[in-house]
Amino acid sequence: MSIQVRNLRKTFGDFVALNDVSLDVPGGELVSLLGPSGSGKTTLLRIIAGLEPADTGTIHFHGEDTTERPVRERQVGFVFQHYALFRHMSVFENVAFGLRVKPRNMRPPEKEIRETVMGLLHLVQLDVQAERRPSELSGGQRQRVALARALAVKPKVLLLDEPFGALDAKVRKELRRWLRRLHEEVHVTSVFVTHDQEEALEVSDRVVIMNEGKIEQSGTPEEVYDRPATPFVYGFLGDVNLFHGRLDRGQVSIGANQLEAPEWAEAKDQAAVAYVRTYDIELTPVPSGLSSIEATVQHVRAFGPMVRLELRRVEDGETIEAHVPRAIFEKHGVVKGQRVFVSPTSVRVFAQS
Amino acid sequence: MATAVLPRSATTAPRAVVRATGESRTVRWILIAIALGFLSLVLLVPLLLVFVQALSKGLPAYWEAIKEPDALSAAKLTLLIAAIAVPANLIFGVAAAWCISKFAFRGKHLLITLIDLPFAVSPVISGMIFVLLFGAHGWFGPWLAEHDIKVIFAIPGMVLATTFVTAPFIARELIPLMQEQGTEEEEAAIVLGAGGWQTFFRVTLPNIKWGLLYGLILCNARAMGEFGAVSVVSGHIRGETNTLPLHVEILYNEYAFAASFAVASVLTLLALVTLALKTLVEWQQRRAMSDAAEVFTTPERIAA
Amino acid sequence: MQRKSATVLPGFGLSLGITCTYLSLIVLLPLATVFTRTAQLSGSAFWNTVTDPRVLASYRVTFGASFLAALVNTVFGLLVAWVLVRYRFPGRRIVDAMVDLPFALPTAVAGIALTTLYASNGWIGQYLEPLGLKVSYTWVGITVALIFIGLPFVVRTVQPVLDDLEVEVEEAAASLGAGRWQTFSRVVFPTVAPALLTGFALAFARAIGEYGSVVFISGNMPMKTEIVPLLIITKLEQYDYAGATAVALVMLVASFALLLTINLLQWAARRRMAV
Repeated sequence: MSIQVRNLRKTFGDFVALNDVSLDVPGGELVSLLGPSGSGKTTLLRIIAGLEPADTGTIHFHGEDTTERPVRERQVGFVFQHYALFRHMSVFENVAFGLRVKPRNMRPPEKEIRETVMGLLHLVQLDVQAERRPSELSGGQRQRVALARALAVKPKVLLLDEPFGALDAKVRKELRRWLRRLHEEVHVTSVFVTHDQEEALEVSDRVVIMNEGKIEQSGTPEEVYDRPATPFVYGFLGDVNLFHGRLDRGQVSIGANQLEAPEWAEAKDQAAVAYVRTYDIELTPVPSGLSSIEATVQHVRAFGPMVRLELRRVEDGETIEAHVPRAIFEKHGVVKGQRVFVSPTSVRVFAQS
Repeated sequence: MATAVLPRSATTAPRAVVRATGESRTVRWILIAIALGFLSLVLLVPLLLVFVQALSKGLPAYWEAIKEPDALSAAKLTLLIAAIAVPANLIFGVAAAWCISKFAFRGKHLLITLIDLPFAVSPVISGMIFVLLFGAHGWFGPWLAEHDIKVIFAIPGMVLATTFVTAPFIARELIPLMQEQGTEEEEAAIVLGAGGWQTFFRVTLPNIKWGLLYGLILCNARAMGEFGAVSVVSGHIRGETNTLPLHVEILYNEYAFAASFAVASVLTLLALVTLALKTLVEWQQRRAMSDAAEVFTTPERIAA
Repeated sequence: MQRKSATVLPGFGLSLGITCTYLSLIVLLPLATVFTRTAQLSGSAFWNTVTDPRVLASYRVTFGASFLAALVNTVFGLLVAWVLVRYRFPGRRIVDAMVDLPFALPTAVAGIALTTLYASNGWIGQYLEPLGLKVSYTWVGITVALIFIGLPFVVRTVQPVLDDLEVEVEEAAASLGAGRWQTFSRVVFPTVAPALLTGFALAFARAIGEYGSVVFISGNMPMKTEIVPLLIITKLEQYDYAGATAVALVMLVASFALLLTINLLQWAARRRMAV
C-alpha cells in the first residue's frame, strides 16, 4: 500500500508546521522522517494517520483519496512514543482490542482472535506475559506490545511516532534491529518519525529529512549521507566544521588557506561555506600545501577508537573539531597546546545566495 | 549535534481544538445542554430563588430584616464563633501538618485518619457529643452546674461544636502539600544556622501560603455556615445564642419568609464571595506551581 | 541505631504535642461519649432502641434517599465532569466554580430555598403537583436536597482523573477501529470507574448525615419522612440521651465503615493505575 502526500500545509495559529509538503512512500518500504524538534515530522505522521486534519493538500493511499476519511477507517496502525497501552487491560486484551471492536459482521470468532493474538505475541516474544498488566512490563516490552496491538488489525500502513524515544540507549539499539527484522518478515509499508539520525540511517530503506516544515532531502541512507543536497542536511547528519570564505573559479579562499572545490569551476567571487566532516581531517606536524590550516590543540579526548580533538585556528581563533583514528593520533604524539596542521580530505561547498 | 527534545505540545494542537477522536458536534452540544440543564436546575434556580424571595417585599423591607437587632446580634455571634474556631484550627492544622510531613514516626497513618474523623460524623451527632459531655446530664454536667458555668445552650458550646466540625479543613489542605514539598529546604535552612521559628516563617510559610489560604477560606465558610451541630448545642435564644443560619431557621418557622430569605441572602453572598476567593487562590496555586516547575528541573521531593 | 530525621528539624515534640492534645480534647473525647453512653445500655435495651419501628423507618428514609441521591449524582456528576473537562463553551469557568456552591452554601439556606422551590406554589412545585409528583414533605424532596448536597463530591473526584487521561490512549483506540462509544465504554470508562465509585461513596457518606438542607423539605413525619439526624434531635429534646446515643452509634459505625471503604478504594486505585 503506497502513500502519496501532495502539497500538505498545516498551521497551528501563527506557527507553520508543514509548508507545502509532498512525499511518495512506495508500498512495502520502511521510511523514516528525520529532523529536529519543530520540523513538522510528527505533524506529517499524524496527518497521514488521520489524527490531525491538514489545512490544504491531499493524502492518497494506493491512489485512493483518504484526505477526508476518519482515522478509524484508514486501517493504519499507530505506535505512540509513550505506548498508549490500555492500563486496565492485560497484554492479551490490549492486542486483541482492535479485533474485538470490529463491527459484528466483521468480527472474527473468539478462537481466531486467540490464535491471532498469541501468534503476534509470539512474534514479539511476549507470549509468556500475555496475562500481565502493562504496569508490570519494562519500557521495551510495552513498546513491543504496542507494536503487536497495531499489527493485530492487519493495517495497510504502519506509523510509528518516535517509538523508541522513551527508552534508554541500549534498549533502543536492540529494538531498532528488532524492528528492521520485523519489517523484513511482515513487509507492511511503514513510516516512522525520529530525531535520532543513527536510528534513521540504520533502519530505513529511505530517509526523509525535514526542517521547518519542509522536506530537505529524500533518499536512501547512503544517498543522503554521502550526497547531501542542502547545507542543512550536511550539518544535520554527522558532526561537521564550517568554514566561511569566498568562492572563485573552483577554489574557496578561507583566510590564508585555499580549498579545492572543482564542482564550482564556473563560480565568480561568491560568498560560500565549506563543510568538512570531523573525520575528514588529516593531521600533519608540518604544512603540506595551501589547504593546511594552522591550529593549536585545545582539548584532547582520547577514549574509544577515535580520538576527539578540539583545535583553535591560529589565524582567526575559530574552533575546529577533528576526529582522528587512535593509531594516527598515537603516531604523531599530539599533546595539548601543541601547534599542528590540519588538512580537509573531503570538502563540500555551498554557495551563499 | 543537539538532540533536545521539546515537549510535544510544541508540535501538536492544543487540546481544546476538535480532535480527530472527539465526539461529533451534535453529540457535544447535546451533552453540554443536558449538563447545563441539570446544573441550572440543581444549583442556579435555588440560588436565584433566594434573592428573588429576599426582595419580594421590596428593598426597604429587605434592609429592615438585615438591620433588625436580632439579625445583627446573630451576625455578631457568627463572626465571633468563626473568629475563635478558625484560628484555633489554623494552629492545629499547621502543627499537625508539620509533625506529619517533616518527621517519620509510628502511627502516622492512624493520626491522619483520626484527623479526618469529624468529616465522617453527621453534624447533629457533632453537636450531640458536646451535649453528652457538657450538658446537664453529661459527664461534666454536675461540675459545671456547681460552678455556674454554662457551656451547652450557650456560646462556649457553640464554639466547641463549630471547632469540632471544621477541625480537619486546614490540616487536610496542608498535610499533602507539605508532604509533597519534603524537608530539603527546611534542612538547608537549619544547616545555614536558622532557628526553628525562623525556618518556619521564612522557609515553610511562603511555600504553603496558597494552600493555607485555601484551607482558611473553606474553614471559615463552614464555620460561619454550620447549622446542624450548632443547632443542637444552641439555646435558640433570640438575640443571644443564635447564629445567622439559626436566625434564618427561626424566621422561616415563623412564616416570615421574606425576612428569612433576606438574612439567607447575606449568607448566600458570603458563599459566592467564598467561591470567588477560592477560585482566585486555586489560580494562584496553579501559577505558582508552573513557575516552580520551570525553575527546578527535577522536582523529586519525597515525603519524610 | 535509628536516628530520626527529627533530630535535624526542630519542633517535633511541640507540634506532635499540640496535635495530639487538641485532637484528644476536641475530637476524640467528645466522640468517646457516644460509646461510653451506649455502653451503659444493656444489650437488649440497645437492640430494642435501634430496632424500634420508628427508628427503623428513619434508617430506611435516610439510607434509601441517600443511596438514590448518590446514584443520580454519579450519573450526572460524570456527565458534568466530562463536559467541563473535555469541551469549551462560554461561561465554562464560571460553571466550574459554581459546582462547589453546595460546599460553600450554609445548609439552612439550601434547605429553605429548596423547600420554597418545590412547595405546592413554588416555582417548580406548582408544575409538578398537578402531574401527581409531590416533592415537598415527601421522600422525593429529601432526595432532591441530597442531590444538591452531594453533587460536588462526584464531580470533583472524577474531574482530575478525566483530566489526566492521555489523549494518545483514545487515539490508539480510534486507530484500531473503535467507534466513539466503544472507545468510551471500553477504554475511558474503566479508567474512570474507581474514581466514580469513590465519588459515589463520598456523596453517600455526606448524605446520610445531612441535616440542615433536608429538615425543611422533609416535613419530618415519623415513619414517613423522618431522617435519622432529626430523630436524634427529637430524642435529645426529650432527654432520652441513651436512645439518642444508641441511634447515633449505628450512624457512626456506618459512617466509619464508609470512610474506611473510601480509603481502601483510593488506595487500591492508586496501586492499579501506577505505571
